[in-house]
Amino acid sequence: MGTGLTPPTLELVALTGQHVQLVLLATAGATALAIPLGVVAVRRPTLGRFILAAAGVLQTIPSLALFGFLIPLPWIGGIGARTAIIALLLYALLPIVRATVTGITGIDPAVRDAALAMGMTPRQRLLQVELPLALPVIVAGLRVATATAVGVATVAAAIGAGGLGSYIFRGLRMHDTGLLLRGGVPAAALAVALDIALALLSRNLDARAHGGRARVRGLAAVTVAAIAAVLAAGAWAGRAQIVSGAASAPLLRVGSKDFTEQRILGELLAQTLESAGIRVERHFELGGALCHQALAAAEIDIYPEYTGTSFTTILKHPAGPAPRVVHEQVRREYRQRFGFEISDPLGFRNDFAILVRRETARRLGLRTLSDVARHAGTLRAAFGPDFLTRADGFPGLATRYGIQLGQAPREMDLSLAFHALAASEVDLIASNSTEGLIERLDLVQLEDDQMWFPPYEAVFVARADALARIPALGVAISSLSGRISTEAMRRLNLQVDGERQPVELVVSRFRQGLATAKQTP
Amino acid sequence: MQLTQNSTSNAAETVISFRRVSYCPPGATTAVLDELSLDVEAGEILVLLGLSGSGKTTALRLVNRLVEPTQGEVRVEGLSTMAWDAIQLRRRIGYVIQEGGLFPHFTVARNVAVVPTLQGQQPDVVQRRIASLLQLVGLPAEQFGHRFPHELSGGQRQRVGVARALAGDPPILLLDEPFSALDPLSRTSLQREFRDMMARLGKTAIFVTHDIREALVVGTRVALLESGRLSLVAPPNEFAQARDGLAGAFLETIAPSWGPA
Repeated sequence: MGTGLTPPTLELVALTGQHVQLVLLATAGATALAIPLGVVAVRRPTLGRFILAAAGVLQTIPSLALFGFLIPLPWIGGIGARTAIIALLLYALLPIVRATVTGITGIDPAVRDAALAMGMTPRQRLLQVELPLALPVIVAGLRVATATAVGVATVAAAIGAGGLGSYIFRGLRMHDTGLLLRGGVPAAALAVALDIALALLSRNLDARAHGGRARVRGLAAVTVAAIAAVLAAGAWAGRAQIVSGAASAPLLRVGSKDFTEQRILGELLAQTLESAGIRVERHFELGGALCHQALAAAEIDIYPEYTGTSFTTILKHPAGPAPRVVHEQVRREYRQRFGFEISDPLGFRNDFAILVRRETARRLGLRTLSDVARHAGTLRAAFGPDFLTRADGFPGLATRYGIQLGQAPREMDLSLAFHALAASEVDLIASNSTEGLIERLDLVQLEDDQMWFPPYEAVFVARADALARIPALGVAISSLSGRISTEAMRRLNLQVDGERQPVELVVSRFRQGLATAKQTP
Repeated sequence: MQLTQNSTSNAAETVISFRRVSYCPPGATTAVLDELSLDVEAGEILVLLGLSGSGKTTALRLVNRLVEPTQGEVRVEGLSTMAWDAIQLRRRIGYVIQEGGLFPHFTVARNVAVVPTLQGQQPDVVQRRIASLLQLVGLPAEQFGHRFPHELSGGQRQRVGVARALAGDPPILLLDEPFSALDPLSRTSLQREFRDMMARLGKTAIFVTHDIREALVVGTRVALLESGRLSLVAPPNEFAQARDGLAGAFLETIAPSWGPA
């Protein structure tokens, strides 16, 4: 890429830039909205109480829930930075509105009387007296808002907005403290740096409001310059990181969901395309159903998917048919309903896997899910929120097998559930059959002997227009079809999750292996 | 009574007229002002004297409509304050507050410049006006113009407050204990300076104080307010003759003392 920086460094710079951008746009927007609201609240106290109460309620909504509320809304919703900025903006409102009210009402009554008695119009009083004198307090409120925004912005990674939270979510998924720190430390440093800058600004503004000589301009200039530098570096690193190849080459946007296997598959396709001379933009780690939405919105051109997910979650069919039938039906319906093309299977299945410790399996003689039903009363289970509530998840599974747990399963983030299982805090979790940790933690996958789970064959989903536009795409896809076994996928996952190897490296080594295998059939 | 007064003295034009004005703050049960009637003639310095809570500040603030009467009316230049456009009314009235009420984020010069600038005067005119006003109150612009209020002494701030109130050349001045924060010496000199200055400028003023000595030095007439009612109005020399009631009690505080009783 010719940037002279290693991919991890580029990524850190890019994510820091994104983080600063999220925080900056959100707090700037919040300030533009909150100061007028604060002024209205001062002028119309009844309305003011309502404004403050509303802003207060907004702030009590948990951040993930707020993102959830916003996603389905037209115009302001959707995935990515825009939704995140709006959520952050809503959080930032209260401290700034409150500071504006406090700042204006806290002005010496003699000064306010003097302004009134001089025959200043309301507008003149506001602009010449009230706002200048309230400014130090408003900036102090902005300080609180900014610190909050830096923190909440880490959650924004969950809806594909990027930022330093990407490291934190990745670190949680991969049990990688190093990754957690790589996201957490810069975020904390950013919060501290912005806080110091705003504290200095507030103090100098306060000095100026009381007739002191203050270095407001110089200070503001240095802060703005520093922020601009971070943004520019981030934008540059972002481009350098996600876009490759000559500017004249055709461009393809590859997406992936937010777990390791998907990143590996996305990277595998990206590298394959790049070696075919196609420029690739990587939009990896999109959470939940965002990939499908992004593909429908033509924000990406292709992403890895599983036929079972398409069949049950997107097309809403009940599980049951055999793998081949599912694949054919998904391919047909995707073509008709969305204009998407489903590739041939890549070779492995990532089915639901119900996992127990080897010791538990041995002690209770567990081999199949029917065995689980017999010992369910003594087993403690933990599931991710998805699996816990989806009809094709635990509720259906429990009905089919007649599993009645002694205590209700605990809702737990998947990565934490592995920790809990390894620490014997729970006995049974649900994960995926290609999870690298299954081997690393020496877990046993129980057989779905009644074939309750749908088959999750890995495929690529591509927009038909992208396939038509870039013929090499179809070639690249078929060169990968049937080439990745379940064992191979588990190994790849383990190399990234367990052995902490960079995805790029793991993928390029795998591609070399594929090439060698092709030459020696 | 007022009619005959007006007919005998044609030059004495009534500038401010309280007509049975009552004021009761929202939610309060007792009135701060109770049917106050009082005329202030052009060129007068009418001192409103009274104890704390007697309603003198409220009476002052009724004139520039910082408060509005509950009953009756206040007329300024013949027009009820409620009929005036509040902004226009206030721009004809200079207002000096106890602590000065200076804008802390403006320099001395900029504080004085506020009203002329609001009036749309040219910058060079405003500059000359600032210089002459600061000269008038004894704070030369070269030396004090660029200072901020917190860099001044209490007395200097009150002088700036007076200069600022005069800056728009208003025909009327309202002063609310403008010299209260001063030591006795500067206070006495500022009172004399003020009286002489007002005589030169020919403004009409209402001056609020609870200091009987100040009232007698500054005022052309002294009005005594007691619990929102007017109990005595007289020129200083007549007022000083009072022996009974609150006026007498006020005067006793400054009576010469001949040793221990």
